[in-house]
This record gives sequence, structure tokens and C-alpha cells, in this order.
Amino acid sequence: MSEPVVGFGAPIRLEYNYTPGSASSRYLRSIAEGRIVGQRCPNCEKVYVPPRGSCPTCAVPTAEEVELAHTGTITTFCVVNLSFYKEIEPPYVCASILLDGADIALFHLIQEVPEGREVTMGMRVEAVWVDESELAPTLESIKYFRPTGEPDASYDSYKEHL
Amino acid sequence: MREVAVVSFAQAPNVRRDTEHNEVEILSPVVREAMERSGIPKADIGFTCSGSSDYLAGQPFSFVTALDAVGAWPPIRESHVEMDGAWALYEAWVRLQHGDIDSALVYAYGKSSPGDIREILSLQLDPYYLAPLWPDAVDVAALQARALLDATDFTERDFAAVAARNRSNAKSNPNSQLAGDFDADELLSSDYLVSPLRKHDCPPISDGAAVIVMAAGDLARDVCERPAWISGIDHRIEAHGLGVRDLTTSPSTTLAAEKAGMNGNIDIAELHAPFTHQELILREALGLSESVSINPSGGALAANPVMVTGLIRIGEAAQRLIDGDAKTALAHATSGPCLQQNLVCMMRAA
Repeated sequence: MSEPVVGFGAPIRLEYNYTPGSASSRYLRSIAEGRIVGQRCPNCEKVYVPPRGSCPTCAVPTAEEVELAHTGTITTFCVVNLSFYKEIEPPYVCASILLDGADIALFHLIQEVPEGREVTMGMRVEAVWVDESELAPTLESIKYFRPTGEPDASYDSYKEHL
Repeated sequence: MREVAVVSFAQAPNVRRDTEHNEVEILSPVVREAMERSGIPKADIGFTCSGSSDYLAGQPFSFVTALDAVGAWPPIRESHVEMDGAWALYEAWVRLQHGDIDSALVYAYGKSSPGDIREILSLQLDPYYLAPLWPDAVDVAALQARALLDATDFTERDFAAVAARNRSNAKSNPNSQLAGDFDADELLSSDYLVSPLRKHDCPPISDGAAVIVMAAGDLARDVCERPAWISGIDHRIEAHGLGVRDLTTSPSTTLAAEKAGMNGNIDIAELHAPFTHQELILREALGLSESVSINPSGGALAANPVMVTGLIRIGEAAQRLIDGDAKTALAHATSGPCLQQNLVCMMRAA
């Protein structure tokens, strides 16, 4: 009696042309200019970055653009002990960063943490950009965020954004 | 059964490729339009249900993102089906039968343009014996069309006549994508796309969205002069494997229509038939007489936003009742390859 067939391979590959949409396109173009542009909800006044053109709470269009600071506060973070990228030696820190003036946190890499200092919730950080000639419509135009050395922000200042 | 009606309908213009807007940006204005027409405040909506497929966007959980178009805070009662929006409407209808809520918002959206829709749809086939061979959506439809030609008196000219009639009807539909006057004989002079189907036998590739607001009993009467009352709704499914089905008939459509209480008295029928020969199969399965106006909107051959097309059929039929242009209507939606699963929604004006 022949052996039973217990499995076979059926590879699937699909390709897509992704459309970021009007709001995210404006955001990506601003990144290519070394700026960070979000959008404010006309109803609840929350500022979204990246903007997606609609307030998820109020379901109204978010047309007003808001230029955001390149500094912010770490709301939460994790220490990565596995190697995903050759360029970054583990352990390293990924963090949710609430840019000053924004109401939703961005996710990014934290580098240049001074010796003897540990990343904490509330730590103040700033964006480190690629060289101007390398700017492109991608968040990779910001290489990483690094501590500014300012005193930590108070928990109350970001507790609504965890 | 509790009386439930469609009280408003809105849809996005169907386009071949919307490279400016993402799904949320397409859907948002349509949600607002349908809500405003319904006259029901957003906070009063008792249940929200959507239909879409992550395979179209190529993004897992893209239906969660789409909630940005609705607004889900304070928390709302919400559900999603990975099916055409017509099935989301069915779920909302069932939910309204519970009796504790009086209104529901149903939406569907889909961009067929980001990927290769013909290949994407082949992934709904049986994953062991059929999908690995990659027959695409037009291939399997052509298989069905060939079986129909062999088993019946229908001809390729009958197929072309279906295309010509639908696209002529679509001239009065501002949201249609393919409309105009075509001559069936001229259409037949074109080459096969996948024999025996020519390009005109196939639906356009469309990006779109549609929204329906439903209300029960007195609320429906309060907000709408002529609500489109759902007198019956049912859906039935056939076997997954194409080889075990008789592709030339649609017993699941016949059964769904029977369970939805269909009788001969129908003014209009909106049939979800993406391919010309499928309209012929559906007409037979439903026993539609010559007096029934079929697809006054132009149907799926005029615009086919996958995951939305079926909900649009219900919306187009309901709108004619709401506008006072018809008294009774049948709306049909399909899902799966070769009319595998079928839904029939019967509606009346009073």
C-alpha cells in the first residue's frame, strides 16, 4: 500500500498597488519636505498623525492641516531583544511617541540613549532626520528619535494617549 | 415578523480606479449622505453592519479601519461580514427582528483596482483541487457559460442582448461605469476574452461603496414617506466544488425566492449577475415574466464594485419604491463562484 499524501504546497502570491488616499498622501509629501503634517477634527479638535481624512470618533472629515513639532513624549515602549534588521543591534527600544500638538502616538525607533540612562515613559525625544538629499515620502525619512535631555513629561500630560 | 424597511440609500460613483481616495475617504461621504437622507440621528442608530473583503485591499483587518467612516465612539453595536454587503443587510434585518432596536446602518465598500481582481477571486475556490490551478473569475464563469450553451437553446447572441439591454438601462444611472447604446450583433463581432465569453459578457472592474439605512415599524413611517418594506428575505448556498453542481441552473436562488415569499407580482427585479449568461440563469430560476423590468439600474454589467454590487441591487430596487416608481420589487445578490450562494430580498411599497 502506498504512503498517504499528508500535504502539498500551493504557493500564493498577490500584488497590490496601495492608495494611501488624499490625507495620507499630503502627510507623506510633508515628510518628503522634512515636515510632519497632521489633521485636526473640526468637532472634537483632536489632531491625528498620520491623518486618514476622517475623525474615527466623530466620523467627520478632517480638512484642517496642522504642522507638528519634531519633539514629543514617549507614552509607552518595548525593548526588542531579537534581531530584525542588520543595521540595528539588539537590544533596542521601539516606542509610541506623542508629538507635541498631536493626539495620537507615532511608533518609532529610539536611539542615542546616553550611557547609564534607561528609556522611560514620559521621556522627551526629538526626531533625527536623514540627510536632506535622502528625504522621501516615507516615515523612514526620520531615522529615529533620541532623548532631548529635558526633564520627563508628567504622567498627566500623556495619560489620555496610552 | 417585525416590519422592517429600507428608508435611505446612497452610493459612490463607480469608477475603474480611484487613485486619489482610500476606502475610508470613498465611504465617508456616502455614509453621511445616507444618514442625512434617513433623517435618523447617528446616535440613534441601533446596529451597524458592514460587508467587505480584506483580500481586495490586501490588508488584514481593513474593515476595522473602515469604521473611521462611521465613528465608533461612544461604543456602538457593530458587526462585519466578509461577504457582499447584501449579507450585512440580512444580518441587520435579523438583528432588527430582536425588537429592542429600531434602526440599522448597513454599508459595503470595495476597491477592486489595487490588485488583480480575477486572480483574487480565484482564492475563493476549493483550496486543494481547484485554487492551486489558478482558474480566474472569468475562466470559471466561462465554464458555466459553456455548460449553459450546451444544455439549453440559449446562444451567444442572447448573452450579447443581455449586455446591450443592461448598458442601455445604465444610461439613466449617474453612478454607472459602463453605459450606452450597443447593438447585439455588433457586439458579437468582437473576439472572445475567454471563450465563450466576450468582453461585453463580463462586468467592469469598479471601485465603490454603498450605504443603506433600515428602520422598523413606526420609525420607518416617521422618517420616510414611502418606506421600502422588506416582505421577505432569505439566502441559500450550494456546494463549494464546481464539479458537483449543475452550473446551468440555480436551485439556491429558486429556494431563497420561495422562502422569501416571492410570488408572480413584481414590477422590477435587480439581479446581481456579473456575467451576461448568469442573468439568463437567474431569470429562469426566479421564473420572471416578460413584464418584469430587469435591472433598471444597469445591474452588475454597468458597475461591479466587488462586495458592494449585491447591496447596490437592494438599494436600487428600494430607491424605486421610495421614489414611488414601483410598488413591488425583487433584489438578488450573489456570492462565490458561478452563483454559488444567493440571496433574495422581496420589497413592497406599502
